Amino acid sequence: MNGAVVIDVRGLRKRFGAREVVRDLTLRVGRGEICGFLGANGSGKTTTIRMLCGLLTPDGGEGTCLGFDLLRQPLEIRRHVGYMTQRFSLYEDLTVAENLDFVARLYEIRDRRAALARVMAQMELEARSEQLAGTLSGGWKQRLALAACVLHEPRLLLLDEPTAGVDPKARREFWDLIHGMATRGLTVLVSTHYMDEAERCHRIVYLSQGRLVVDGTAEEVIRGAGLVTWNARGPGIEAAAQALRAAPGVESLAVFGAALHVSGTDEAALDAALAPWRGREDLAWARAEPTLEDVFIHLLDESERERPGAAP
Amino acid sequence: MLRKEFLQMRRDPFTIALTVGMPLIQLFLFGYAINADPKHLPTLVVGGDNSRYERTLLAALAHTRYFELAPDLVSEAEASRALDRGEAQFVLSLPTDFARAIDRGERPAILLEADGSDPTAIGNAVAALNALNATVLERDVPEWLRRDAAAPPPFEVRVQRRYNPEGITAYNIVPGLVGTILTFTMVVVTSLAVTRERERGTMENLLATPVRPLEVMLGKIVPYVLLGYVQTALILAVSVAVFGIPVRGSLLPLVVGLGFFIAANLAVGFAFSTIAANQLQAMQMAVFFILPSILLSGFMFPFRGMPGWAQALGEALPLTHMLRLVRGILLKGNGMLDVAPHLWPMVLFTLIVGVIAVRSYRETLD
Repeated sequence: MNGAVVIDVRGLRKRFGAREVVRDLTLRVGRGEICGFLGANGSGKTTTIRMLCGLLTPDGGEGTCLGFDLLRQPLEIRRHVGYMTQRFSLYEDLTVAENLDFVARLYEIRDRRAALARVMAQMELEARSEQLAGTLSGGWKQRLALAACVLHEPRLLLLDEPTAGVDPKARREFWDLIHGMATRGLTVLVSTHYMDEAERCHRIVYLSQGRLVVDGTAEEVIRGAGLVTWNARGPGIEAAAQALRAAPGVESLAVFGAALHVSGTDEAALDAALAPWRGREDLAWARAEPTLEDVFIHLLDESERERPGAAP
Repeated sequence: MLRKEFLQMRRDPFTIALTVGMPLIQLFLFGYAINADPKHLPTLVVGGDNSRYERTLLAALAHTRYFELAPDLVSEAEASRALDRGEAQFVLSLPTDFARAIDRGERPAILLEADGSDPTAIGNAVAALNALNATVLERDVPEWLRRDAAAPPPFEVRVQRRYNPEGITAYNIVPGLVGTILTFTMVVVTSLAVTRERERGTMENLLATPVRPLEVMLGKIVPYVLLGYVQTALILAVSVAVFGIPVRGSLLPLVVGLGFFIAANLAVGFAFSTIAANQLQAMQMAVFFILPSILLSGFMFPFRGMPGWAQALGEALPLTHMLRLVRGILLKGNGMLDVAPHLWPMVLFTLIVGVIAVRSYRETLD
């Protein structure tokens, strides 16, 4: 953090009908930070992002975005925020260049030609500038969408699952672009379901049923979860996986190729559950570091368990 | 498949309401408002001698219920202007020596000038006058005129259909089509404008930019105004070349009137577009507006044939005024001053609908 606070909101609330989608959300994000926004589907990520860029009016709470009041200066916020929607939202029947030119005009950018050239070079879109947006592949569509939301040189980028359905190479390149921009002082709030992307964020914020439940760097989040994880290798993992899935003390279990991954927060209970499988010849056990994915599956399970009790 | 369609239909009560409501509205409109036999047509009287004969004749005319006679006599020039502006349907000119000429057995002629721009509106009234002719003065005329049953009626009726002497229906319908076709295309095209953005997801992006509702509305409407002019030029060219429709007035007031008319229709389309949740609803709303426009504007049925409430409704519609304006200019040679009264209702309509449209344009996704 470079001191300056870009997003500073307290007690944000939003309800749709009887359903409280965001409850009492408080968040501060500093300049140049890449903040990963995680949580199950329907946990309030998109709603929060839309409130931050003025697309939705919060029912309660207060705060500022880039120093502008969330409730009173939505137009100012729109001028300085780049928002990339979950669904591709440019015109499929316009070319890449036409789309970008349209957006540039909406933002009343003075030197449009220079802005377009700069962004197209940055996103390597020059070769495709005359192609219709509708004929672009998923990865290029994302690039075009990103280009459209950085044209007006925003100081804050809000990206809502920008890489959903994009191949790993395109995703990696997309993230390289984002890191490049963050180094130059751009603040990014990005929601994602991909763990590798979460690990590339400076900071992770986890939402569960509209509440912010975890906040910290990837390591802090992993440490904070207090998970104990064991790995097993060998031919017996399929059978062990079947039996252990419902065992008490086992909170997360997954098979990755040849390895079985078992985690739990209660070390004693986990040991007890694993005990019958320890001495077997077809399994080799080793203590492992929990991954971010283990932590998230654990958090997702937890929020699911809370759900019946949490409803007001 | 059938089950899925029914399930989806049930989730969209607005669509169902429209599909049920539309036929009902059509039914009531057709049933109560439409009348191809218009009565109480405003008629001015010029000349005359205020004789017993004249009084009997006028009373009989009023009695047919086709003619609504103005209480005061007017000058010929005033009467002619009233016909031009569509304020009167008929002008009845009587000779100033009407009674004397009858008594002398000279068979004087009375002249009925009709606004023939809509032939169907005047047909029955003219027939009623002709039928009266033989018997109306039977009791008033002197004995010697009555004796011979085979004798011709005591006076002669001459009918002059102004603007359309041959009673060609196309003269009425084709200029009307200018307005009707424009209503169709303008309302439908714009009513899809914002809903399409919403359905494709591009609306969210648009909302996240600093663009203002009025800018969106103007930006969406202006291209279609131009399209409307192109359409009109095309229709007019074909009307003149193929149907031989006369162009008696100057085109400047037509161009001005068209501008107001197109703006009014686009405002309606844009309002529907902001209110409708999807393109299907927008389409249905468009039809919902177009149908009464065609039925109540005087396009298909004579405006004066409708009951008061339907006329009031018709007066609110821009197409009603556009039809009067187009027919006035093409058939009657109306000028700027004559068509001015048709302009302000369209302006008022545009303002009201425009305010509704901009108000219901949501700047957020709430």
